[in-house]
Amino acid sequence: MAKGMRVRARKKGDATDVRVLIRHDMETGRRKNEDGEVVAAHYIQNVTVRHGERVVLFAQWGPAVSKNPYFVFKFRGGASGDRVAVTWVDNKGQSGTGDTLIT
Amino acid sequence: MDPGRRTFIRDVGSSSVIALLASYGLLPESAYAELWNKAAFEATSLEEALVNVLDGARVADNRGDRNGVGIIAPEIAENGAIVPVGVVAAVPDIESIAILCEDNPQPLAAIYDIPPGGLPEIRTRVKMAASSNVVVLVKAAGVFHMASKAIKVTRGGCG
Repeated sequence: MAKGMRVRARKKGDATDVRVLIRHDMETGRRKNEDGEVVAAHYIQNVTVRHGERVVLFAQWGPAVSKNPYFVFKFRGGASGDRVAVTWVDNKGQSGTGDTLIT
Repeated sequence: MDPGRRTFIRDVGSSSVIALLASYGLLPESAYAELWNKAAFEATSLEEALVNVLDGARVADNRGDRNGVGIIAPEIAENGAIVPVGVVAAVPDIESIAILCEDNPQPLAAIYDIPPGGLPEIRTRVKMAASSNVVVLVKAAGVFHMASKAIKVTRGGCG
């Protein structure tokens, strides 16, 4: 799923700035397709971000998070070259992962 | 989920505690993966969603500029499908940040649990069905702080 996610982690002072873009339709279950049929809900429910083994952010999402979700946050610590990894799970049980090294 | 773990999660009453335990490897990955506040996300009114996010915890009696919670979002969003919302909270011991869109069919958009050592700042993008208030609940040191901001949406984004 490497192409399904972009992760960037940059050291800024004593914190690390993390930016994550995940490719996902985030269907609300309310949208109708061209044939007028309702498209089933399909959205990410959980995202976990780890710095090494340590969880630094855990997200719970509903269908109101925009398509191709993007989020930015910071955590204390982190050193250049450390790994930051992101995993997600959606309401259909599908999942994805991505990671990067702190620059 | 077995009854024991359900009881445990309910009794702990704080997803941040779960996140803390998990960060130290004290919970199996599966317990973490199942942590999704179904009642809050499926709520169809702001009140119902808030009750389920709060889960009995107290909301501090401070609003607006006085509680240190800032919402960074446009006054007018042209496209309701992509409304950038940022939250910056000047509070110690941050535990979580929840973002709700008052007039959405399901108001709760996201909850970000921030383990110890995290910083009280998040930026994300949400869908808004129509012009309405964005409501933010920030939990810090066991207490919730609330803030809201009206956003005008030119074209609704919950299709």
